[in-house]
Amino acid sequence: MLRRTLALLTLLALPTQVSAGEEVIAGLSQNRVAITATFVGSEILIFGAVKRESPPPGTGDLNVVVVVEGPSHPVTVRRKEKRYGIWINTDAVKVDQAPSFYAIATSAPFEQAISETEDLRHHISIPRSVRLVGEAGTAPDIESFSQAVIRIRSASGLYKLEEGAVEVQQDTLFNTSVTLPSNLTEGEYTARIFLTRQGAIVSEFETQIEVQKVGLERWIFNLAHERPLVYGILSLVIAIAAGWTASAAFRLLLRS
Amino acid sequence: MQIYLPIAEVSVNAFLLLGLGGLVGILSGMFGVGGGFLMTPLLFFIGIPPAVAVATEANQIVASSFSGVLAHFKRKTVDLRMGLVLLVGGLFGAALGVQLFNALKAIGQVDLLVKLSYVIFLSIIGSLMFVESMRAILKTRGGAAVPTRRKHTWIHNLPFKMKFRTSGLYISVIPPLIVGVFVGILAAIMGVGGGFIMVPAMIYLLGMPTKVVVGTSLFQIIFVTAFTTLMHATTNYTVDMGLAVLLLVGGVIGAQIGARIGVKLKAEQLRILLAIMVLAVCAKLGLDLLLEPAELYELGAGGH
Repeated sequence: MLRRTLALLTLLALPTQVSAGEEVIAGLSQNRVAITATFVGSEILIFGAVKRESPPPGTGDLNVVVVVEGPSHPVTVRRKEKRYGIWINTDAVKVDQAPSFYAIATSAPFEQAISETEDLRHHISIPRSVRLVGEAGTAPDIESFSQAVIRIRSASGLYKLEEGAVEVQQDTLFNTSVTLPSNLTEGEYTARIFLTRQGAIVSEFETQIEVQKVGLERWIFNLAHERPLVYGILSLVIAIAAGWTASAAFRLLLRS
Repeated sequence: MQIYLPIAEVSVNAFLLLGLGGLVGILSGMFGVGGGFLMTPLLFFIGIPPAVAVATEANQIVASSFSGVLAHFKRKTVDLRMGLVLLVGGLFGAALGVQLFNALKAIGQVDLLVKLSYVIFLSIIGSLMFVESMRAILKTRGGAAVPTRRKHTWIHNLPFKMKFRTSGLYISVIPPLIVGVFVGILAAIMGVGGGFIMVPAMIYLLGMPTKVVVGTSLFQIIFVTAFTTLMHATTNYTVDMGLAVLLLVGGVIGAQIGARIGVKLKAEQLRILLAIMVLAVCAKLGLDLLLEPAELYELGAGGH
C-alpha cells in the first residue's frame, strides 16, 4: 500500500518523465543487525526488481543506486596545529549533520547513474550528506572540516562509494551487497534504492535496518549509562573476583 | 578472536588483550611494579580511546592490587594509620584530578593532558631508573658502599604531628597528605596506581621502614583507584568492564610467571631492561606529539 502511494507520489512529482510506469521493488537479506560481543561486521544483501505495466521504454540506460545510511549525530571536528613545539588541538568545528555510516553502490559510474540535480535534491553523494548547518566553529575554513569528516570516515570504512557494485540483469533484476564494518554505531539505518534513467530518478524505495547492541553488550551499555554508580561498583567487584579467581586457578594449576 | 568492547565501542582481538595483560603482568611480577604506567600507553597504541584506557586501567589496578594487600595484611606489614592519612589526601587528589580531566575533555584537550603527563613522568622515571641501575652495576663491580640516611630534616619540624606506631614514626601529617593528593591526581589523570611515586616518597621523604612501605602504598592505591573508577564511571561513562576483565586475567597470570622469572635474574640488569622499556614507550608517545601527524583532524563525539 505504502509502496503504491510512494510510487504514485513519484509519478506526481515527475509528471514529464518519459519512463513513468516503472517501479522499483526491493528486499534486504536482513532488517536487523545485532551487535554482539563477537560482532565482526555484517553483510547485507539488497536485491530487487523493476516492476512495469508496459514494455520498457527504449530511452537511455537504466541504472540503480543503493544508499545505506546510518544515524546522524553532530560531530566535533578538531584540528591540530603546532604550538609550543608540539601538535595540539586548536580549532574546533561542529558538523551538525554527519551520518555515522554511508555506503553508496551504483550500477554505473556515479555521474552517469545520477544527475547533479537529482543528487542535490535527494542528498545522495557523500559530500552532499555531510553538512554544516549552523555556524558553530572557530575556524575560517569551515569547508575543510567537513572534508576531514569524509576523509577520516572513508579511511575507517564507514563511508564508501562503490561504483559498479550493483549488478543489473536484463534491465529488470538487480542485486548488491553492503558490508557493515565492526565499528558500527547503533541506531536506525535507512536503505534507499533509486531507479534512474538518463540520470533522472524514476522510482524510489526506502526501508529501515535496525542496528542494535544485544544481549550482554546491550545490558552493559545501558547499565553504564543509566545507573553508572551501580555499574562502577559492579565493575570493581567483577574485576576483583576475576583477578582473585585467575590467581587462585593458576596457583592450583602449578601445584598439580 | 575479535571481541566488541561495549563501552570503548571498538572491536579488538581478545588474545591481543590477554597477551598485553600477560606481558605487562610478567613485567610487573618481575620488577614488583604495578604496571599501570606501561599498560595505559600500550592501550593507546592499540586504539583504545585514552579516556577509556585511563578509567579502565584504574579499575584493573584495584583488582590486581587486591590480593597483594591481603597478603600484606596477613604479614601485618600495613601501617593502617599512615595508609588512612595518605588515603584522605589521595581521595581529595583523585576528585581534583577527575575534575581537571573532565574540564579538559570538554575543550578537547584531554588526550594531550594524558599523553603529556605520560611523557613527563615516563621520561623522569625511565632516566632515573637507568642512571641508578647503571650506577648499581658499576658499584657491584667496584665494591659496594652503603648509603646513609639523614636522620632529621625540615619535614620533622612541621606542625600537626601524629604517632604512626607501625612505622615507628612521629611526624607531621602534612607531608603524607601532600604525597596522597599528588598520587590521587596522577591516578585520575593517568590511570596509574602511583606506587612508583609513593614508594620512594615514603622511604626517602617520610622515612618509613621499607618493610611496611609496599603494603601501605597498596592499601592506599586500592581505595584511591576504586574511587577514581567510580568517579570516571559516573561522570564520563568510560570504564569498560570487558576490557578490564580481559587485561586482568592476562595480568594476574603474567604476574605469577614474572615473579618466578624475577628471582632467577639479577636485579640491576632487570632494572636496566625496565628502564629501557619505559624510555621506549615514552619516546613513542613523545614523537607522536612532536612529529606532524598524518591526519591533522580528529573527530570527537557530540557538540558542546
